[in-house]
Amino acid sequence: MVEGLELLTGKAPKPHKGEAMALEDGSRIAVIGAGPAGSMFSHFFLSMAETVGLSVNVDIFEPRRFCHRGPAGCNHCGGIVSESLVQRLATEGLSLPDCVVQRGIESYTLHTDVGDVEIATPLQEKRIAAIYRGNGPRSSEPVDTQSFDGYLLDLARNRGARVIPRLVTDVRRNEDLMTVHCADQFSDSYELVVVATGINSRLMEMLENETAEFARPARTKTFICEFHLGRDVIRETFGPSMHVFLLDIPRLEFAALIPKGDYVTLCLLGDDIDENLIDTFFSSPEVRDRFPGGVIPGHVCHCYPRINIRAATPVYGDRLVLIGDSGTTRLFKDGIGAAYRTSKAAAKTAVFHGVSAEDFKNYYAPLCRRIDNDNRVGKLVFTFASLVQKSRFARRGILNMAANEQQQVDGPRRMSGVLWDLFSGSASYTDVFLRTLHPAYVGTLLWNLVAANLPRGAGRIGRDAERGDDHVRH
Amino acid sequence: MAGLGKEYKAGEVIFRQGDTGNCMFVIQNGEVEAIAESDGREFRLRRMGPNDFFGEMALFEEETRTATIRTTKPTRILSIDKKNFLGGIHEDPSLAFRIVQTMSHRIRDLTDRLARYEQQQ
Ligand SMILES: Cc1cc2nc3c(=O)[nH]c(=O)nc-3n(C[C@H](O)[C@H](O)[C@H](O)COP(=O)(O)OP(=O)(O)OC[C@H]3O[C@@H](n4cnc5c(N)ncnc54)[C@H](O)[C@@H]3O)c2cc1C
Repeated sequence: MVEGLELLTGKAPKPHKGEAMALEDGSRIAVIGAGPAGSMFSHFFLSMAETVGLSVNVDIFEPRRFCHRGPAGCNHCGGIVSESLVQRLATEGLSLPDCVVQRGIESYTLHTDVGDVEIATPLQEKRIAAIYRGNGPRSSEPVDTQSFDGYLLDLARNRGARVIPRLVTDVRRNEDLMTVHCADQFSDSYELVVVATGINSRLMEMLENETAEFARPARTKTFICEFHLGRDVIRETFGPSMHVFLLDIPRLEFAALIPKGDYVTLCLLGDDIDENLIDTFFSSPEVRDRFPGGVIPGHVCHCYPRINIRAATPVYGDRLVLIGDSGTTRLFKDGIGAAYRTSKAAAKTAVFHGVSAEDFKNYYAPLCRRIDNDNRVGKLVFTFASLVQKSRFARRGILNMAANEQQQVDGPRRMSGVLWDLFSGSASYTDVFLRTLHPAYVGTLLWNLVAANLPRGAGRIGRDAERGDDHVRH
Repeated sequence: MAGLGKEYKAGEVIFRQGDTGNCMFVIQNGEVEAIAESDGREFRLRRMGPNDFFGEMALFEEETRTATIRTTKPTRILSIDKKNFLGGIHEDPSLAFRIVQTMSHRIRDLTDRLARYEQQQ
């Protein structure tokens, strides 16, 4: 007996007497949702199927038009494509086109109440992409740019996927097939259904209500908004750097300003972000100082999307698999990278093994378990980060260590590397955590904690100190 | 500001034959040529454009670079580091598929050239 979404709404599947549940020429797949997970699944599935000479039809259900500006075309996210994903896509032959990349990011600037430090990419190269999921913020001017999700959907379309602009309202098991029902009464049957609706979808709620053994991902509310500042101001004040804030604000886990074209995106992640928290964030001097004249302009577009903080269970059944945010993703970081990894693993399973719950259990679930286990370490890392957020003493030590490393031409950059990977999501949490246990890291941090907190060293640290700015805050 | 990788002017050398290295490069836009140097003379092996990659051997072995790579026009290039690449293929071996396919084409191309060269001798 294989655990999985066996009894998903409707008739139970006929017991299959050990025969393989494999896709054949002419089989059909329904992919629900064309966010990164759905489009990448379709692209990789169709290219792998072609390699082994398998001809399968892929229908992608997606009501959203990514060519629209504002919320209608947008899948609400900070829009950072991590260094590791940029590299993996390029290795796959999918270099992100310039019209999709709103800005190449080559450094992170960490802002705290005790100083700022800019952490440059190890190779002085733009390896992180700032993108728009839709076609730009509400009321933005039409420019020569393309939506990231639109670009991925075009890849799938060019591989032969058919896009059906409909909202799926129900999925039912129908003997040996799965039937997909849409809001406009349209329905059709498929050999495999891939759920890639993300977590802001009613379909996940429906699955949970109607399927006793299914729990959709746990979620929490986040905040995103866009400021229009213009390209020149952004170049001067933000440069090609993502600005990250380590502030002592309860429930705030991560805050970043991400420059893109004419706009800057603010992204706040944490525990149920609300207006109080947002007001506290905007009133902190470290944030206000980022904006020209210390004045925070009105935003042109904002939303409170949910983010996945615990995976769905289970994430597969016979002829059914959940990928991307609908299933498992990385905690707070590199969600698009997790969508790439889970979509590719599901596509490989379907092409090379089969589409039974047993197949997904053997070839797909191990990746999801790896991501879940890494997220457990991630929780530990974020708990530690919250302690640092609360302790000025610790913030001084960490900032001092990173600032010293950035001034060296050679030499190990242990703190910079840890912060870089933590902000960018380029390495697993486990990898980051293990590096913080290295005796050299611990020793240097201890030294910096002492040095930075001695009375004579207690001014601002990092960039302001280098520039000789005199606004020392204690 | 848009666009990923590092910018090079026309005629810049990315790496030289004999250098050591631990990353591969993917061309984002522009063009490079691969050059073999022998007895002070240069032989152009191939030209490469957007989405093509070079320097892949450094990902698999510790040997030195086998050719010099030089840009022929302003070019933007993204580097792929060994750690990320090997971590990627450990989780997903199909990530190496395109590289293996291209290396196979390059071996075929070199074999053809060698055969033609031997015929001319
Ligand atoms: C505030 C915030 C900031 C983030 N920042 C980043 C970041 O900077 N970098 C990063 O890598 N990740 C980030 N993420 C995570 C990232 O957004 C997700 O991990 C990623 O979008 C998951 O992709 P997906 O395809 O699984 O789902 P989604 O992107 O949510 O796509 C789901 C698609 O399914 C469609 N759909 C939904 N229901 C139905 C239905 N019933 N029928 C048909 N279609 C349907 C939707 O229209 C949508 O197009 C962020 C998330 C949040 C909340």
